[in-house]
Amino acid sequence: MTPESQNPQHPQNPQHPAEPSAAPASSTAVIQVEGVHKSFGDLHVLKDCDLTVRSGEVAVLVGPSGSGKSTLLRCINQLEEPTAGRVLIDGVVQGYDSDPLPDGRWQKLTSAQIAAQRSRIGMVFQRFHLFPHLTALGNVMEAPVQVRGLPKAAAEKKARALLERVGLADRADHYPSELSGGQQQRVAIARALAMDPELMLFDEPTSALDPELVSEVLTVLKDLAADGMTMVVVTHEMGFAREVADQVVFMDEGRILERGTPEQVIDHPESERLKGFLASVL
Amino acid sequence: MSTTQTPAPADAQGYTPIRAKAAPRPGTWISAAITALLVLGLISFLVTNPVLEWGTVATYLFDIKVVQGVGWTLLLTVLSMVLGTVVALTAAVMRRSDNPVLRGVSWAYIFVFRGIPVYTQLVFWGLFTVIVPKLVIGVPFGPELLSFSTRDLLTAFWAAVIGLGLNEGAYLAEIIRSGLNSVDKGQTEASKALGMSNGQILRRIIVPQAMRVIVPPLGNETIGMLKTTSLVLAVPFTLDLTFATNGIANKLFTPIPLLIVAALWYLAITSVLMVGQHFLEKHFGRGFDDRTPATGRGTRSRQAAVNRAGTTPHDPLPEVEL
Ligand SMILES: Nc1ncnc2c1ncn2[C@@H]1O[C@H](COP(=O)(O)OP(=O)(O)O)[C@@H](O)[C@H]1O
Ligand SMILES: [Mg+2]
Repeated sequence: MTPESQNPQHPQNPQHPAEPSAAPASSTAVIQVEGVHKSFGDLHVLKDCDLTVRSGEVAVLVGPSGSGKSTLLRCINQLEEPTAGRVLIDGVVQGYDSDPLPDGRWQKLTSAQIAAQRSRIGMVFQRFHLFPHLTALGNVMEAPVQVRGLPKAAAEKKARALLERVGLADRADHYPSELSGGQQQRVAIARALAMDPELMLFDEPTSALDPELVSEVLTVLKDLAADGMTMVVVTHEMGFAREVADQVVFMDEGRILERGTPEQVIDHPESERLKGFLASVL
Repeated sequence: MSTTQTPAPADAQGYTPIRAKAAPRPGTWISAAITALLVLGLISFLVTNPVLEWGTVATYLFDIKVVQGVGWTLLLTVLSMVLGTVVALTAAVMRRSDNPVLRGVSWAYIFVFRGIPVYTQLVFWGLFTVIVPKLVIGVPFGPELLSFSTRDLLTAFWAAVIGLGLNEGAYLAEIIRSGLNSVDKGQTEASKALGMSNGQILRRIIVPQAMRVIVPPLGNETIGMLKTTSLVLAVPFTLDLTFATNGIANKLFTPIPLLIVAALWYLAITSVLMVGQHFLEKHFGRGFDDRTPATGRGTRSRQAAVNRAGTTPHDPLPEVEL
């Protein structure tokens, strides 16, 4: 903690992310969230969050609505800027130069550098956010062509293979408005996979779906996990968490209250908050 | 449950559809009869009224001066709309920027060019070569690097295009800004998450979706511009349709038939522009639920999207469907 910290609400000054915690991170840690705080004005939404996700691991984030799950996820791919603390991906500080300036401040990266960091992290949203003016194929091809500069033909080949992988080979030329929610979400997953991400973030990927469409999306997630994708999944699907998660993390009012194996967290909750939460979702 | 069992063929789905007789609609017939009477009256008036001089109309409808005037008017309309759209898109993007300087410049542009009558602006651009005889590229108060004589660059035609285009841009900027703002924030987030740059997001994701609600008012503005070009005599630019027909009318001392010539041509150009608008709307409507405007339902929901976006600041004219 930096001594010149000024805002009592923020134990760490935003310009002075915390030093890495005592032990140097294992070389296989893909995501390291270290002492992250986030405030929106007076609203202190994330409080001293730490999270480590290793290569190939699936972390499931649970917690009541408004507890800060989405905000934490969005801090990982810099859709939000942490107010304090820092996020490392593969050991690389996100959003800032890796070393502080001589005066102790941290040099922010340019928007192009931030975009490059983001392009290695796939994200899937609760409400899909497919591009409505592009077909399923166009949605999946867009970023590889625009961001990676992949030739159209190669991008199309890859996109078709990905649509096949999520079971939508025959829907390639349909617009999102012509697809069911479950199909749209699977296109969104294929779109994220097209950038060959090293890790994937899922923010309640099945919450906007009709109940009978949930399993088709969860199946894709399970396949991805089985293929060794590093994933952070916000979900209320406890069955999925039990089956796939390596660690389950419980958030409440901006804090990480409990974490552990699904066994520990789901079956043997310690805090009253977690017990209450589980009673409401199970 | 009595007599309706005439053996109507059951259709493919295996049931007999209802055989319905339309409810009586006397209002439709009455209004049709009244309209028919009025139209007949109008035709007889148009045919028999000697003042209209249809012979003169026929003579001058394809007069070389008139046809050239149509060409110049079309060119003025298209070029000034292109200039206006480019300027407006720039101003709209600047208005949305985080940079307060860019926001301020954009605001000032809209304030000035929307606040001064277009006629006055056209006179100004006509006199530009007098006010600014030389354009200099160099350091303010310092040495000159390059200088041009504006008289060589700024002909009356280009003065007209610039005058019309910059004025139009100020109006279009607000329309385009509302259109850009109407695109869901989730689209920007999803694009960012894929690593797209701000420019790519604007060009590939936001603008194509905004066009859907921008094109209908843009069509109205284009038709408005077609008519505004008749003011270019303020520059003075003297080859457009209105100037051509006025010139002939003054020579012949018969204003009325040449007004009809001008009116017919403006209507013809408007029709062509409407066809263009139709195809643009179809193009940018791809992927949205009302992609096929054939049923008329699509028209309503597109208009609903336009209204929601607020790209038409006033009550829009009833949309004319082709
Ligand atoms: N951009 C924002 N501006 C202000 N408050 C926000 C913003 N985003 C999230 N919040 C607030 O932060 C809190 C946590 O939100 P969120 O991370 O979405 O929770 P969860 O995903 O767990 O439901 C909520 O109180 C929410 O209102
Ligand atoms: Mg959320």
